[in-house]
Amino acid sequence: MNTTLAFNSFQEKLDKDFNIEPKDVMPDDYRKHLIRQISQHAHSEVIGMQPEGNWISRAPSLRAKQILLAKIQDEGGHGLYLYSACETLGISRDELIEQLHEGKAKYSNIFNYPSLSWADIGAIGWLVDGAAIVNQVSLQRTSFGPYARAMVRICKEESFHQRQGYEIMATMMSGTKVQREMAQDAMNRWWWPSLMMFGPHDSDSPHSGKAFEWKIKLKSNDELRQKFIDKTVQQAEVIGLTIPDDQLKWNEDKQGYDHGEINWDEFKRVINGNGPCNKQRLDHHKKYHADGAWVREAAAAYAETNSKF
Amino acid sequence: MDTQLALWEVFIQKKSGGDHTHCGSVHASDSAMALQNARDIYTRRNEGSSIWVIPSQFVTASKAEEADMLFDPADDKIYRHPTFYVMPEGAKQI
Repeated sequence: MNTTLAFNSFQEKLDKDFNIEPKDVMPDDYRKHLIRQISQHAHSEVIGMQPEGNWISRAPSLRAKQILLAKIQDEGGHGLYLYSACETLGISRDELIEQLHEGKAKYSNIFNYPSLSWADIGAIGWLVDGAAIVNQVSLQRTSFGPYARAMVRICKEESFHQRQGYEIMATMMSGTKVQREMAQDAMNRWWWPSLMMFGPHDSDSPHSGKAFEWKIKLKSNDELRQKFIDKTVQQAEVIGLTIPDDQLKWNEDKQGYDHGEINWDEFKRVINGNGPCNKQRLDHHKKYHADGAWVREAAAAYAETNSKF
Repeated sequence: MDTQLALWEVFIQKKSGGDHTHCGSVHASDSAMALQNARDIYTRRNEGSSIWVIPSQFVTASKAEEADMLFDPADDKIYRHPTFYVMPEGAKQI
């Protein structure tokens, strides 16, 4: 087959806003970029189960416990949709997990922060999932078909996550003084890391150029971050929470909020492995992956002896 | 060797009588585990009334670069559509 022709058809599809599908010819760098991005996304879903799992046994009511279990199960499911999408690019699940364990693949920085109180479960759902939704809604139209379809499914499920988190915060804000302080404390600790979830400023974003050309990315880090801030500030006000940013101010001209400087030194420190929980998160994943090896082996052996489809 | 078990494609029927639509894949050692995993992963919110799982290795797909050859010929056969035909004025229920 003529490869120039095939690449022309890749470009033609992009130009016409058609999805690129797994068996289509695609530039190597497009494939690599997607594997990096989708696997990071998948790992984030799975690692993100840990800070929440920390509170299952201490949930304040049976209702809260059921909800938290359902949410964490969703996160596991989201990880699996995304691993499936990533595998269509020709990488195996084993390789993906190995890259995570070796630190070659990253997961969202936000999960390197600890969940210290029940209010953190509220803040994670409302702010962390809220930020993730803003990003994921825009990814529903990303150019790679399996990724876009996984996003559609995930977005449908995420809005329950955000609403249950906001409900926890609202409940605590209508409680005792101590409960209100807990909620505000969680807000103070999760606000800035949530803003960092959108990545570096556009002027300093190393992977963006090609990602836009290839229509993997449709909105810039700063655009998405702005969108998140603009919708969250009002929600905080309604329940009486203060955004921990004394420079936050409505800007009439741009019809959005101006915000204070993000601490990028902290961002870099955490992403390079020196956050409060990096080691704990990865060690936990490695341990349970290794502990489960016998189950996979037993299942494979059983299938071997009963091989029939 | 990949230790993550074989890959299976999952097709879900939303309502009885409808078609089974591809929705993703799962890893499983056999068909029973594939069904169980598909049920856990893809039907947490009443998305299904029936599930098919098929080993991915048995799916044969048409090639993207053959799409024109395969599907172009249908383009110029508009007489396969009912709207192609001119109906006599006044005829009803046709």
